Amino acid sequence: MVTGTALEAELLELAGTVPDPELPVLTLRELGVLRAVRVHGTDAVEVDLTPTYTGCPAIEAMSVDIERVLRAHGMREVTVRTVLSPAWSTDDITPEGREKLREFGIAPPRTRRAAGPVPLPLGPTRTRPTAPNATTATDAGTSAAPYPEPRTEPVRCPHCGSADTELLSRFSSTACKALRRCLGCREPFDHFKEL
Amino acid sequence: MTATGPATVPVTAALALGDDALVLSHRLGEWAGHAPVLEEEVALANIALDLLGQARVLLSLAGDEDELAYLREERAFRNLQLVEQPNGDFAHTIARQLYFSTYQHLLYADLAAGDGPFAPLAAKAVKEVAYHRDHAEQWTLRLGDGTETSHERMARACAALWRYTGEMFQPVEGLAADWARLEERWLESVTDVLTRATLALPEGPRTGAWSAGAGRQGLHTEPFGRMLAEMQHLHRSHPGATW
Repeated sequence: MVTGTALEAELLELAGTVPDPELPVLTLRELGVLRAVRVHGTDAVEVDLTPTYTGCPAIEAMSVDIERVLRAHGMREVTVRTVLSPAWSTDDITPEGREKLREFGIAPPRTRRAAGPVPLPLGPTRTRPTAPNATTATDAGTSAAPYPEPRTEPVRCPHCGSADTELLSRFSSTACKALRRCLGCREPFDHFKEL
Repeated sequence: MTATGPATVPVTAALALGDDALVLSHRLGEWAGHAPVLEEEVALANIALDLLGQARVLLSLAGDEDELAYLREERAFRNLQLVEQPNGDFAHTIARQLYFSTYQHLLYADLAAGDGPFAPLAAKAVKEVAYHRDHAEQWTLRLGDGTETSHERMARACAALWRYTGEMFQPVEGLAADWARLEERWLESVTDVLTRATLALPEGPRTGAWSAGAGRQGLHTEPFGRMLAEMQHLHRSHPGATW
């Protein structure tokens, strides 16, 4: 991030203190969505903001909040631009941000392996008899469990810390979270999934 | 929404990609209140929201997003006929998701790797679509390799939508893609998933005279008009309405 003047650095910091409207424990700085602040003249400012997900509706509330904070700081004209590139990643969440998510009861995203979803089994509801010579995933070398979760770093329960957790649904209360359950303390919890 | 884009955007391509996302988003939204379980209710709505976000960016590259979404007639839409097909039962929705998200994922990965006007959006959306594709694959496996009933319904759904899958690989003006190679990779992936789901690859042609042309040329199937009527009704009755 390029910040030119002291005023720009100050405004960037100020915009960074705005809480995320959906996850108010996180600030925009900790979420990693503020890209740049440019001051034009003495009291006009342009802010570059990047969405977490392309369709994330929180971005509009973020823009309004940034405008309010910067106007209260004496800026007459505040323009918030949405920038898509480079694409936001959960790796942009700061270490403090991750810790706050955990304290809030949300398992933080694991840091980058390969991007993308972790294939998960949907559970052993195979009630249809399989043809005796059918070549299933078992034969394809996947393993006895039809579609196993590749064991990378486990998603830990934010409540008890157990690594023994299972996926309930890939999509939870928002697009950026998955719903999981701890097999240790039996508590369900949200997981900020890797993007 | 202000999206930053290069000055010259191929409008035809922006409409094709944007309309695919918009129309499928609307169809998935129709599941709200009707999904078989709560988790799927939430999953389908989340996928719809991702697609709506992509549609907003893409249509904004082509013009005013609201005008394009709410004030165009049926013949001006450039989406694939596949995405406008009614939801049917849950298996139909999953088959449509499997066919489309596999296609969208492969196409966006190619666009993201290039330096064309769609690269920034594609680089972002490809990560979201990876989850859509995974969701569709997992459900195809579960339904295909599930009960007698789920197997039969999934097979029926895959066969019913097969005829709309050829259109995906018609070249789109302004999109630099290797369409023949894309089709090969798509077929390979779908064959793999269906085989693992103990389902046969549907037989029969994947495009033909029955489609009277194709969605990319603005020719749509009968259910699309009814869908548009519902989608556009509010805006046309109360222009500029907000809440």
